[in-house]
Amino acid sequence: MIRFTVNGERLETDVAADTPLLWFLRDNLQMTGTKYGCGMALCGACTVHINGEPARACSTPLSAIAGKRVTTIESIGSTPIGKQVQAAWLSEDVVQCGYCQSGQIMSATALLAKIKNPTDTQIDDAMAGNICRCGTYNRVRSAIKVAASGATAKPAAPSKSSAAKAKA
Amino acid sequence: MKQLFQTTPVPMKRRQFLKATAAATGGLVIGFTLPGGNKMAAAQAAPAPNTTPNAFLRIARDGSVTVQVKHLEFGQGVMTSLPMLVAEELDCDWSKVRAELAPAAPQFAHTMFGMQMTGGSSSVANSWTQMRTVGAAARTMLVSAAASKWKVDAARCRTENGVVIGPTGQKEGYGTLADAANALPVPTSIKLKDAKDFKIIGKPTRRIDAPAKIDGSAKFGLDVTDKLVPNLHTAVVLHPPIFGARVKRFDASKVNGLPGVTHVIQTANGVAVVAKSFWAAKTGRDLLVVEWDLEPGSKANTADLKKSYRELAQKPGVVAKPGNVDALKAAAKTVTAEFEVPFLAHAPMEPLNCTVSVKPDSCEIWVGSQFQTVDQGAAAKIVGLKPEQVKLNTMIAGGGFGRRANPTSDYVIEAVEIAKAAKVPVKTVWTREDDIKGGYYRPMYVHRVNAGVDGAGKIVGWDHTIVGQSIISGTAFEPMMVKGGIDATSVEGVTDTPYDIPNMQTSLHTTQTGVPVLWWRSVGHTHTAFVMETMMDDLAKAAGKDPVAFRRDHLGKHPRIANVLTMAAEKSGWGSALPLGVARGVAVHESFGTICAQVAEVSLENGKIKVRRVVAAIDCGLAVNPLTISAQVESAIAFGLSAALYGQVTLKDGVVEQSNFHDYPVLRIADMPKIEVHIVASGAPPSGVGEPGTPPIAPAVSNALFALTGKRLRELPFKV
Ligand code: FES
Ligand code: FES
Repeated sequence: MIRFTVNGERLETDVAADTPLLWFLRDNLQMTGTKYGCGMALCGACTVHINGEPARACSTPLSAIAGKRVTTIESIGSTPIGKQVQAAWLSEDVVQCGYCQSGQIMSATALLAKIKNPTDTQIDDAMAGNICRCGTYNRVRSAIKVAASGATAKPAAPSKSSAAKAKA
Repeated sequence: MKQLFQTTPVPMKRRQFLKATAAATGGLVIGFTLPGGNKMAAAQAAPAPNTTPNAFLRIARDGSVTVQVKHLEFGQGVMTSLPMLVAEELDCDWSKVRAELAPAAPQFAHTMFGMQMTGGSSSVANSWTQMRTVGAAARTMLVSAAASKWKVDAARCRTENGVVIGPTGQKEGYGTLADAANALPVPTSIKLKDAKDFKIIGKPTRRIDAPAKIDGSAKFGLDVTDKLVPNLHTAVVLHPPIFGARVKRFDASKVNGLPGVTHVIQTANGVAVVAKSFWAAKTGRDLLVVEWDLEPGSKANTADLKKSYRELAQKPGVVAKPGNVDALKAAAKTVTAEFEVPFLAHAPMEPLNCTVSVKPDSCEIWVGSQFQTVDQGAAAKIVGLKPEQVKLNTMIAGGGFGRRANPTSDYVIEAVEIAKAAKVPVKTVWTREDDIKGGYYRPMYVHRVNAGVDGAGKIVGWDHTIVGQSIISGTAFEPMMVKGGIDATSVEGVTDTPYDIPNMQTSLHTTQTGVPVLWWRSVGHTHTAFVMETMMDDLAKAAGKDPVAFRRDHLGKHPRIANVLTMAAEKSGWGSALPLGVARGVAVHESFGTICAQVAEVSLENGKIKVRRVVAAIDCGLAVNPLTISAQVESAIAFGLSAALYGQVTLKDGVVEQSNFHDYPVLRIADMPKIEVHIVASGAPPSGVGEPGTPPIAPAVSNALFALTGKRLRELPFKV
C-alpha cells in the first residue's frame, strides 16, 4: 500500500509501485487533466506539483510519492497563485489546441510561487521543459507577467480599434 | 489542398436547405437538411429521444445559443470563429454562445470539398456564407414569432443582443420566443448584413474553448475514460520496425498473464496488447516478441535517397509547366542551386489515439479527426456496416497539422480492427515513439534551380526541377489532384508563382521510397516557398538589388502581394540600422488564398542561430477574429521554425532513427522570437490563417543568415 494525497484527498493504493503517477491519475482516478506527451520527462505536458515542487508525472513512479502531496491542474485554481495564473491565461488568450496548457499552467504557477516577478531568463528557465507545438510561447510569457503583476483583476476586453492590427 | 479546392468546380453537389427540426428539449433548432429522397439524407439517423438532432444551431428556452461546429477544433480556433459568424447575424448575446463539435453527418460536409473535413486552411472560408445564413434565418424566425405575438409588422421589429424589440418598445428575449419560432417556416430568402454593420465579426474575440483548457476539464480524444465508455480497455500496438514489414509470428508468453492484460491481437500492421490501463498495455507491448517478415518492407536509407534525388535533379523530369529555358543563355548573371528538405513528423502534442466500441449492428467512435467522412467510411468497411451505422464523435484534438487527415485512416482502422477482435470497447494510444516512428511524414525533397537575370535586373528564365514523393498518388484523391503524372501538391508554390518570370519551366521526378508520406501544415508550400524565396534573394544579389525592391519589381501583376510585402518591410524598419551581428531577411508567399510576408531578424549566439524578432504581415481577406489570426501566425511561425532549426526524420536501412523529443527536437520557449503580426484591412471574403504563416519563415531566416554571414544555407534543418 502506498499512501499519499491528491488535491488534498488522502489515498492509498495497491497499484504496482512502479506505475507512473501520470497513468495512476489518468486511468485509476480518471483525472485526465494531466496530459501525456512524451513519457520521458521531455515535454512537460504531465507536470504536477509534488509537495509544491513541479514534477513530471510520467517519470515519477508511485513509489516516489509515498507520504507526499500531489496537486494537479484540476485543483490548482483553488490556490491564489493558480487562480491568478488561470485568469491571466484567459485574459491573454493563451491557449490554442490546449493540450500542453495544463502543464504550462502548473509550471508557471510553481514559478510564481517561488519568484514573484520573474525576469525573462527566469521564465525561460522555468518553462524550458514545457513544449507547445502550437507555439503559444509568447502568450505564455505575457500571461506569466500579467499574473505576476496582478493585472488580471480587471480583465479588459480587447478594443475594437485593434481590429485592423493585432500585435503579439 | 489548394488544388483540391481549385479543381472542385461546383462546391455543393446538391442544394442544401435550411430546416427547423422539432427540438426534443424545446427551443429553436436550425440545421441544414438535404432534399429528401437522396442517399445522403437517408443516411441521417433519426434523433434519439432527449438528444439533439444534428443541427447547426440550437436556441434553448433559457436563451443559450449552441452552435455545432462542423470542423475539428485542434488549435486553430473554429470553436470561436464559426460561432462568431452565426452570432453576428443572429444578433445574440455573445456571452450566451456555446460551441460543440459536430459528429460525422452529411449535413456537416465542407461546402467546397463535399465531405466533412478540416484542412487547407478553409474552415472559415467555406463556412462564411453558410454559418451567417444559419444565424440570419434563426433571427428572422424569432422576429416573426415576436411580431405575431405582438400583432405588429415584423418589418418594424429589430433585434439586439438576444432580444427582439417591437415598434412601441416591446421586448422579449430569444429564449422565450424559441418554441414559437421553431414552429414557423424557415425563410427561403435571407439577406445578410453589410460588413459595415458587423458588431462581432472583426472584433478581437477571446476563445470560447479556453476556460475548459485551463483547468483540465476539456476532454480530448485521449481523455475518453470508463465514465464515457463503460468497460473501456486500452490498446498499445507494436508496429513493424520498418515500413511495410509483416508479422510472421509472435510470442506473447511474457505478456499473457500480466496483471491487467486482457488480449493480444494481431492486426494488419502489428500486434496489439489490450489491457485495463495504458501502463499495463504498454508494459505488455514492450515484452512482445515478434518475428517480422522484412521482405516486403522499405529499406530506405536517407543518405542513399539524398544521393539519388540529387542525381535525378540533374535532368528534367515530367514537365509540369513548360518554358523556353534556352532563354537563360542570354542572362547577364545566373544562379544555380540545389536545395534539400528532410522527412518531417507532425508530432502533434496529443499523440494519436482512437476509441471504438463495436456492437453487432453499430459502431461508435470517439476521435479527434480532421477527416470524419473518410474515417467513418473506412471504419464501416472493417465492421461490415454502412457508414451511417458508424457513429463518429468528434473530440477536440491536441494539434494535428495534417496527421489526423489521413486518406488511409491508418490509426482509426487499426482501432476498429482491435475493438472488433477484442469484443470490448478499446482506446488505442500511440506513444510518442510510435508517433515519431509511425510514418506519414512530410516527404523529403530535392530541388534544383537554374535562373538568371538580365543587365537591368529582370529575371529572364527559370529552370526548376523537383524530386520527391507524391502525397496524393495511391489515395482516393488521386483522380482529382494528380494530372498527367504531376501531383499538384508537389509543385504548388512554384508553378503558380506570382512573380513575373518569363521562360519558366518546372518539372517533377516522382519517387517511391516505401516510406508513407502525408500533408504537413501548408503541404507543398513547406518546401516550395523555401526554394522560391531563397532563390529570389540570390537573384536580387546577382542583380545588385535590394531583396524587397527586387521582389516588388517582379510583382507587377500582383499588387495585393506587393502590398503585404511592403507592409512587412515598413513595419520591420527594413533598411534601417541594426545592432552589430544582427541581420534581416525577408520572404513573402501566398498559400490557401492568403498572403503572408515575414521579416526575420537573426543573429548567431555561441554558434547557434537565434531568431530574435519576426515581423509578419498577412492579407487573409476580411479578418473575422484578429486575435485568432495573430495567434495562428505566431503558431505557424513557431511550427516552421521548429522544422527549419531542428526537424528531420532520417532512416537507416528502413529504420527511423528518431523517437522522441530528445532526438526530434522542437521549438521551446527560449527559442521563440518576438513576433508582431500586422493584418491588412480588407473587405474580400475571408481566406485561411492556419497554414499560410508557415511557408515564409524558413526562407526569411535563410535570407537573414545570408545577409549576416554571406553564406547561403540551402538544406533544412539549417546547419551553421
Ligand atoms: S509526458 Fe511527462 S514530460 Fe512529457
Ligand atoms: S496549445 Fe497546443 S500544444 Fe500548446
